[in-house]
Amino acid sequence: MATNIQVPAADRRVPVIAPGHTFHTITEKISNIVLKRPLSLGWIFGFMIVFGLMNVLGVALGYLFIKGTGIWGINIPVGWGFAIINFVWWIGIGHAGTLISAILALLRQTWRNSINRFAEAMTLFAVACAGIFPLAHTGRPWLAYWLFPYPNTMRYWPNFRSPLVWDVFAVSTYLTISLVFWFVGLIPDLATLRDRAEQPWKQRVFGILAMGWRGSARHWHRYESAYLLLAGLATPLVLSVHTVVSFDFAVGIVPGWHTTIFPPYFVAGAIYSGFAMVLCLAIPIRVIYKLEDFITMRHLENSAKVMLATGLIVAYGYGMEAFMGWYSGSQFDSFLLWNRLHGPYHFWYAALLACNIGIPQVLWLKKFRTSTGWLWLISFVVLVGMWLERFVIIVVSLSRDFLNSSFGMYYPTKWDWMTFAGTIGLFLTGMWLFVRVLPMISIFELRTLLPESQVHEAAEVKQ
Amino acid sequence: MNIGDVAVYESPILGAASYGLMAEFESAQALVAAAHKAHAEGYRKIDAYSPFPIEGLAEAIGFHKNRVSLVVLICGLIGAISAYSLQYWVAVITYPTNVAGKPYHSWPSFIIVTFELTILFGGISAMIGMLALNGLPMPYHPVFNVPEFAKASDNKFFLVVFSSDPNYDAAGTRSFLASLAPRMIAEVPS
Repeated sequence: MATNIQVPAADRRVPVIAPGHTFHTITEKISNIVLKRPLSLGWIFGFMIVFGLMNVLGVALGYLFIKGTGIWGINIPVGWGFAIINFVWWIGIGHAGTLISAILALLRQTWRNSINRFAEAMTLFAVACAGIFPLAHTGRPWLAYWLFPYPNTMRYWPNFRSPLVWDVFAVSTYLTISLVFWFVGLIPDLATLRDRAEQPWKQRVFGILAMGWRGSARHWHRYESAYLLLAGLATPLVLSVHTVVSFDFAVGIVPGWHTTIFPPYFVAGAIYSGFAMVLCLAIPIRVIYKLEDFITMRHLENSAKVMLATGLIVAYGYGMEAFMGWYSGSQFDSFLLWNRLHGPYHFWYAALLACNIGIPQVLWLKKFRTSTGWLWLISFVVLVGMWLERFVIIVVSLSRDFLNSSFGMYYPTKWDWMTFAGTIGLFLTGMWLFVRVLPMISIFELRTLLPESQVHEAAEVKQ
Repeated sequence: MNIGDVAVYESPILGAASYGLMAEFESAQALVAAAHKAHAEGYRKIDAYSPFPIEGLAEAIGFHKNRVSLVVLICGLIGAISAYSLQYWVAVITYPTNVAGKPYHSWPSFIIVTFELTILFGGISAMIGMLALNGLPMPYHPVFNVPEFAKASDNKFFLVVFSSDPNYDAAGTRSFLASLAPRMIAEVPS
């Protein structure tokens, strides 16, 4: 009977973990990056750059808090500008982390296990970057707690019918649950680091963080329940977050915003840009830290396929927007389409179409999906494209709305650019530190991928 | 509630130096087989330790159901109820505002915050519930006194019979564990 077993298709592909590994080599390889690997000059040099860039954010925000949002390019009619473009872009990038850790966990995709940890870290830093923008955009960020419902002497309460209030709840829940999910995933690996650390201070730090985890069967039983429940809760959450972000637009009546296609199209776009960021990070990291055994071509190729699929959903969204511009018969909607193609921002719209729809189509070819250089480049192009998408949605629509008298151009200032560059610095600083202080690949989940981890029931019954 | 962790921890046998006997195994398969045998032998206060979750191991030591999902269900419902009642109270009772002529109790608008807080409460309770039921954080536990146990988070598998088990008997339990062909047997000092 055993001879009749078909080799599953998966086995003929590149494996998710290179052959020849044991539980111990997995533990050793990943934990040594944190515990043993000396600081390299390259890491220090890179850290100085990204940390410097992060300080640009400090300067830009410091000056903003002194002067107010007048230092930005926002005006009336374009009141949203870079702050909201970058907010949507960053939060979208975060979505891939949750998709990989939650949705692919529910779908039992084993290839998620090597990339979920750092994709989740990416989510946390991206959401942190995203959160800065609406706070800064309020103009008086020290009063941002007014967004939350709390008893106050003004006897004021938020308007729960407003998508902006929904957004506060969606984004803060998203950040909290991402943090919880990430930390729960880390606990058994922190115990591994505690047990392998040699310096007492490291043992102590990892010991406190691991909270006395000892891998008891009862612990694992509850742990797996909790992890599965978190995955089940995070899955609808991640879909809801960008849906709510899209409501910020769709509930408004501005042409180009007021469409029902926004929620699915935003969620697909978020995953699209998120996977692009995962690839942009994973491709250099696997080479620098010699993790090609764990982050194999299978992971990269699958991510490329997800990008291709979500990119096509986004392309469908663009197509529908154009179609509705014509089919609705609304002069404002058809003007919007004309304005995107021929208006003052037509170059950016063309660049957006090239970056998001045109160039990524080469991913249909295996040659491009399996070449790390090309894949990195295409992912970068997608990141640029998805940023342009938010630029086009916000600026093109707001700069030309219903009345000619309220038309107005938007030009970002150097402070806008500095804030944006600064959040990239913050994001990269976070990643830079993360890869050296915590295991960037889930050690215990990789162990379960080895055939030795499987227990055969038949053998037990016999005894 | 939790025989393995709590009961043992709360009733240290005064004067007894030993917390139990620990046997080390080479593979997940061997640990599951050993756990089954120990349970069949009548040992109930036992625990198995592994560097990754092993299917069927908890069942082998007689631990079948955990209450994490119940905790999450209850907390998720609390989140949903509190979010909806907060919004109802704010929008209808204490601070009614006419927004575009919509009814004060415009329930479709309240669904999103209700949903988000359901997830928030459920998610946080999944973590806290799991940790609390596991008795974590627990800075000290006798099993860590065995030096080999450091491998429990790397590549080795352990079975412990606690001395609080009624069937426990230092010599008899040791020879039973030896019959399971472990890599080594160690006494766990309390």
